[in-house]
Amino acid sequence: MSLSQPTVTARPDPTPPSTASTFRIDIWRSLGDRRIACRVDAGPGVTALSGPSGVGKTTILNMVAGLLRPDGGHIHVRNVTLFDGALGINVAPEHRHLGYIFQDARLFPHLRVRGNLLYGIRHLPDAADALEEMARFLGIASLLDRWPSTLSMGEAQRVAIGRALLTRPSCLLMDEPLASIDRARRADILQLVERLRDEVGVPILYVTHDLSEAERLAAHIVQMDFE
Amino acid sequence: MLDLPPDYWPIIALSLKVSAVAVGAMLPIAFALAWILARWQFPGRMLLDALVYLPLVVPPVVTGWLLLLLFGANGPVGRWLADWFGITLLFRWTGAALAAGIMALPLMVRAIRLSIESVDRRLEGAARTLGAGPLRVFLTISLPLSLPGVLAGVILGFARSIGEFGATITFVSDIPGETRTLPIAIYAALQAPGAEAVVTRLAIASILLSLTALLLSEILARRMGAGVRSYRV
Repeated sequence: MSLSQPTVTARPDPTPPSTASTFRIDIWRSLGDRRIACRVDAGPGVTALSGPSGVGKTTILNMVAGLLRPDGGHIHVRNVTLFDGALGINVAPEHRHLGYIFQDARLFPHLRVRGNLLYGIRHLPDAADALEEMARFLGIASLLDRWPSTLSMGEAQRVAIGRALLTRPSCLLMDEPLASIDRARRADILQLVERLRDEVGVPILYVTHDLSEAERLAAHIVQMDFE
Repeated sequence: MLDLPPDYWPIIALSLKVSAVAVGAMLPIAFALAWILARWQFPGRMLLDALVYLPLVVPPVVTGWLLLLLFGANGPVGRWLADWFGITLLFRWTGAALAAGIMALPLMVRAIRLSIESVDRRLEGAARTLGAGPLRVFLTISLPLSLPGVLAGVILGFARSIGEFGATITFVSDIPGETRTLPIAIYAALQAPGAEAVVTRLAIASILLSLTALLLSEILARRMGAGVRSYRV
């Protein structure tokens, strides 16, 4: 496990980043009188984005996902340019092909678990088979006909992971997936993230305020701090 | 239950027809206005807000008079409708529907707007990351989640339309069989001596209709209020 240099800067990288990295990100945005900035050049595997609460980790993920527009900089994921302020490129979130796992799972309350899982893949001919396989992989096959409001947070988070994975994203963005889960269930989700990393092989940008969690999972840790 | 002579039923049927057409025609407009007021930020938003709610506070007779100016035989909109489509609203049941719709609009917009504002916009963001474009997000997330408010708005608007009197009688007058809806029929009956029985029956009919609508909207509001967002921990 290697710890990369803590990088919090808005200046363009003087040395060109290696094109082998999954995540090549250098973005900034002002939020009120604060300025949130982050530079990442890492991956594949798990890249952790760590730092104290309120430093803007979720804001960074939202910008990578396309839900929030950076003031400037660039975002490349797997050599695809998703945002480039100088070139005026800003790919819409629905065309970024990233899987976003929110801290609160964010399942659609008016759809059953099955409907949530199918949301991103309804148009695919093999959707039913993919759903079945995913449900088995995540151990949620018995939950398919339940409503999200009847799920525990841990179950909801599994469904959210399945919903994102089924769209075959080029990478996963995970925002503190353990934060709202009770202690006893955390190990389960942590193991699941490791399986995603090792068995599925999907690159993950993993936000956490817990450094030990970051060290256990990540090949690279990007430390964010207040400017 | 309600022992009405056969010649009362056409009055109730006309009332229902006028209200149904009023609410049906106004619904897309009400939803669009509610969406704009809930989601868009633009200069003049407060003015639009005030204009939408105007029929709620202006004397109905003034609203009816404004409709007369706009949609009457010599009104700009009235003449245009007559010239291009051969449609006249004045003294017609369609005019009664227009008046009822305008009077119901504020209530419909209000109910729908509250519902749109209560939609968790982060769910819309989640849907975008799953590959859904703005239109699909609207149709599969925003619209179904604001549906309880739409239904409540429809029922409230319908109830308001059933009771509409002032703007209607000003705009389309009292024409039996064409514009004599329930409240106008009650008013007309009150003018004739010895019509207490008629008035009582019509009044009971209108109270029952309104009560049913209010109960329905209350049930829907409760179902909407039952939170669907919390997880069991």
